[in-house]
Amino acid sequence: MSSHPAEPIQQLHDIKQMMERSSRFISLSGWSGIVAGVCALIGAYLAHQKISNYYLHDYATNSASPNDLYLSLLYIAIAVFVCAFISAFLFTYFQSKKKQVLIWGKSAQRLMWNTALPIAIGGLFILKLMDENLYTFVAPACLIFYGLGLVNGSKYTLGEVRYLGYGMLVLGYINLYSPGYGLLFWTLGFGVLHIVYGIAMWWKYERN
Amino acid sequence: MIDKLNKAFDNRIRLGIMSVLMVNEDVNFNFLKEMLTITDGNLASHLKPLEEQKYIKITKGFLGKKTNTTYSITKIGEKAFREHIAALEEMLKGIS
Repeated sequence: MSSHPAEPIQQLHDIKQMMERSSRFISLSGWSGIVAGVCALIGAYLAHQKISNYYLHDYATNSASPNDLYLSLLYIAIAVFVCAFISAFLFTYFQSKKKQVLIWGKSAQRLMWNTALPIAIGGLFILKLMDENLYTFVAPACLIFYGLGLVNGSKYTLGEVRYLGYGMLVLGYINLYSPGYGLLFWTLGFGVLHIVYGIAMWWKYERN
Repeated sequence: MIDKLNKAFDNRIRLGIMSVLMVNEDVNFNFLKEMLTITDGNLASHLKPLEEQKYIKITKGFLGKKTNTTYSITKIGEKAFREHIAALEEMLKGIS
């Protein structure tokens, strides 16, 4: 590196490159958002099927087993999480290969820690809610804790993640006052918002 | 126009340090070194004038038992750097 003051255009180029290299260590791809959103939509559809089947056929009959319903919903939730996580990881992995940056650099670690902490605490909180049969608050809690995780982590990745987080928080808050619509709000947040965000990010950063 | 360019950033390494600190809060020495691919002594010699001008802030802390010194940009530094970028862009406009 020479210490000569470079041409303005070169200086601006260096500044931009250095900012990109140091901050967007983890190259979250818009595709991760889109695929996570699609996973959530499929999961929500399956959950909806399960729930309506239960109320149509089993509810108040001898074969009614709310525990089975809860279990299958839990399995769906786990499957959605795993699919979304794997696809997000893969797209990010390819993106960081393309941009030739480390996938597990310092900013990636900070991003993970700052995003995962509120979400993990939220997970524990939700388990307790379910334990107390407070199912009405499960969807709002998912949205709110996830939103907090995103806002908190947004300092360490693309700044736009913050807006995705705000969206989740707003939906979660509204859902607190619209009991019975948990699945709808959950679908809007984890499905639709993710997809809108993913498309916007792809349009802004990856189109070319 | 040229005199709007900040002398403190008249060097690629200091420019690099400021760029990293603009987008990262609390960066440690090794991270900066890794980013700029330079030696300890070289990095230290460029951090010093930036600190003296109060463009960056040095925080000495501990990570377990090891000392962990982190660097962050100050309000003054952020303002100066933004003005420098604006001046560069202004110059480009003048050329084209």
